[in-house]
Amino acid sequence: MKYLMLINAGLNDEGDVTGGCTPEGWQLFYKEIKEAGVHLHGNPLADFTTAATVRVDDRGERVITDGPFAESREVLGGYFVVDVPDLDVALDWAARCPGSRDGGSIVVRPLADYES
Amino acid sequence: MAGRVEATVQAVFREERGLLLAALVRRFGDLDLAEEVTSEAIEAALVRWPVDGVPPKPGAWLMTTARRKAVDRLRRDQAYAARLAVLQVEADRAAPAPSPDGQLPDERLQLFFTCAHPALPAEDRTALTLRCLAGLTTPEVARAFLVPSATMGKRIVRAKNRIRTARIPFRVPDAAELPGRLPGVLQVVYSIFTEGYAASSGPDLQRLDLAEEAIRLARILRRLLPGEREVAGLLALMLLIHARRDARTGPDGDLVLLDDQDRGRWDRAMISEGTALVEVALTGGPPGLYGVQAAIAALHDEAPDVAGTDWPQIVGLYDVLRGLAPSPVVELNRAVAVAMRDGPAAGLPLLDALADEPRLREYSPFPAARGDLLRRLGRHTDAAEAYREALALAGTEPERAHLRRRLAEVAKP
Repeated sequence: MKYLMLINAGLNDEGDVTGGCTPEGWQLFYKEIKEAGVHLHGNPLADFTTAATVRVDDRGERVITDGPFAESREVLGGYFVVDVPDLDVALDWAARCPGSRDGGSIVVRPLADYES
Repeated sequence: MAGRVEATVQAVFREERGLLLAALVRRFGDLDLAEEVTSEAIEAALVRWPVDGVPPKPGAWLMTTARRKAVDRLRRDQAYAARLAVLQVEADRAAPAPSPDGQLPDERLQLFFTCAHPALPAEDRTALTLRCLAGLTTPEVARAFLVPSATMGKRIVRAKNRIRTARIPFRVPDAAELPGRLPGVLQVVYSIFTEGYAASSGPDLQRLDLAEEAIRLARILRRLLPGEREVAGLLALMLLIHARRDARTGPDGDLVLLDDQDRGRWDRAMISEGTALVEVALTGGPPGLYGVQAAIAALHDEAPDVAGTDWPQIVGLYDVLRGLAPSPVVELNRAVAVAMRDGPAAGLPLLDALADEPRLREYSPFPAARGDLLRRLGRHTDAAEAYREALALAGTEPERAHLRRRLAEVAKP
């Protein structure tokens, strides 16, 4: 069963990303998850201030705004995909990810499987 | 004859449905399929048993029938064919062999943890537990939550889909995870109880049934997890509260407060069972939330009257409780107990210290308790003001009637 892990960083009142996860913490996590053989792929995203959002309104006009959701207290910072037996194992990996700490959170979404 | 067989089937259904369902879920990993074939097996029993007689091991008969139906169904379903092969191998390897006396292996504990999984919304957890473990039908669950049957049906389908799609596992958490996951299961059972206990307007038999279902579920949990003291604590708490059920309402269905209840109508057998469980809950380790609350309930249940209640010990237990789970409501109850122990003048400043608590601002028991202490201190004008405040916040008519009586007492010229 494949699960997508969306790594959301918390934002403080100034709109800055919270959290003090060290680069070493992330390296250690990626080493563990790769060695466990469950990691399929994933990427960190560039600074969220570089994001743009596109919506097409009901007249077919493009509306482009800067950034991700302006009102959100969290911002997507990266993702990874794991292949594990069930949700509990996926939740365990999410809990070990440094992105789940310091006001951040990991959203766990099963990938749809239309084969079976 | 047919009636008697049907009654037997109903009894078997109630006792074994959860067991059957849990064992089938374990084998096939699909809650929907397990539910459908459980129902089909029951239907088959209703046809066969009046003709052939009730088999000596009804549970085992139902299990065999349900399993055959499940395998047939999977064979017919092309999409399941590949999965079936895998399931069969996995299930045969993992499933405990049926015991020689024909008893079903008890896999309900797995179902408890699946139904109470934190990835499910809280209201779905309660509904699913009632549907899968208590053996209530969907319309019965709907009635318990005062929602239309179709709404509850959708909610249960959604929860089952979630379990299947996200692959929420059917398993008991290992020893390291258990302390983290068990409170969720206990919370589900307790919220079923409080749903049944909810003092709205008079006795509603269906809701008393719900309190009894919660007690039945806690008994199953207790059997499955005999070493968990909080399970004993929860069962004790519910028994000790439920023991007062007959005295909680007056002849017109109005609410009778603890102080005014006819203690002769309390269920003594239930109280002694609950009290014995409190001892289990509080022995051999640090006390838990439910154990401490049960101990408080036990002291009330054992007292001959309000004056003869062991208030010093109740205050002590609230001190423990505030250490475990501090909250303004615990502080409020503790202040009332202090007032009972040391007099109203000792309790009042404790209540006044809670005046700025936002969570008590809309909570009518808070001004009602202040009113009681002021009344006992002879400050009738202040008491009347507090009662008026409580009256404005009270949610149910029986509460309002009680407060109006109090107000009339202190507002007398």
